[in-house]
Amino acid sequence: MLNKWIKLSLFLLVLSGSAFAQEPLAFDTPEQEARFQQLTLELRCLVCQNQNLADSDAELARDLREEIHEMMMAGQDNEQIKTFLVDRYGDFVLYRPAIGGNTLLLWLMPGILLGIGAIVILFTVRNRKRQLATQRQEG
Amino acid sequence: MIGRLLPVIIFLALGLLLAVGLKIADHKTEIPSPLIGKRMPDFALPVLGQEDRTVSAEDLIGKPFLLNVWASWCPTCRYEHPVITDLAESGAVRVIGLNYRDEAADAQQWLRRFGNPYEFSLADVSGRTGIDFGVYAAPESFLVDAEGNVVFKQIGAMTYEVIEQEILPRIGQ
Repeated sequence: MLNKWIKLSLFLLVLSGSAFAQEPLAFDTPEQEARFQQLTLELRCLVCQNQNLADSDAELARDLREEIHEMMMAGQDNEQIKTFLVDRYGDFVLYRPAIGGNTLLLWLMPGILLGIGAIVILFTVRNRKRQLATQRQEG
Repeated sequence: MIGRLLPVIIFLALGLLLAVGLKIADHKTEIPSPLIGKRMPDFALPVLGQEDRTVSAEDLIGKPFLLNVWASWCPTCRYEHPVITDLAESGAVRVIGLNYRDEAADAQQWLRRFGNPYEFSLADVSGRTGIDFGVYAAPESFLVDAEGNVVFKQIGAMTYEVIEQEILPRIGQ
């Protein structure tokens, strides 16, 4: 019985650890909170560059979350908040950077790779067909 | 024909990609600052150790200066400290500190222990001015020209090579 309780509390401890990387911030409406969560998921933490702002426990990430929270409460929209961050930290802060300039290659690369793949398959299939044709003639 | 050349082409392309990757790998975590070429952000901060004195961005215009972001909790700041000290002592440029997210007592003790090369240090306890400068790790250094524009940013430790190749040429020496 006791064992069961220990296991359960350990399990809950593990859960709480992942759920509360963030300090509590007050929101007026659940919609606002959802918007905040969505926005911080799309923004990169500059200190640990493979984490987003929502998950990061770095002090700078905490500061930036508070800053974003304040701007949201002051009625600024997502674009204004993103512009604020890009002006200071550059495109790098956005996980989905705007299309254009130095990010163009980044956005086009999947299409380019797909095209290269298609060409390779086309040539392989055509070669195979020709080989089969000659084999059949010889046989 | 193409079938035989294709592996070679792919190999060369991958080799090129690897070469480029290795070349930029050293600088991968350095984020280019969007502040370069723009006016430094506005601020008004108390001076470390002289809490009744406030210095604003406006006050610093007129002579180029190096704003060195440091903190007592930052090991790399201690590592670069002799280089910053030599630059300040050479008199080539004003060296001003931005004491970033630090406790005043810790910061002053750090300066007593390792020496104080700064004309003065601005105390950015909350890190809010750091955000305006796009600081994401200490140490960082910003070179600001006489008109108040940011002309160069060094992320990480200052080195003698950077002083010679990036800083001195930008202040006309």
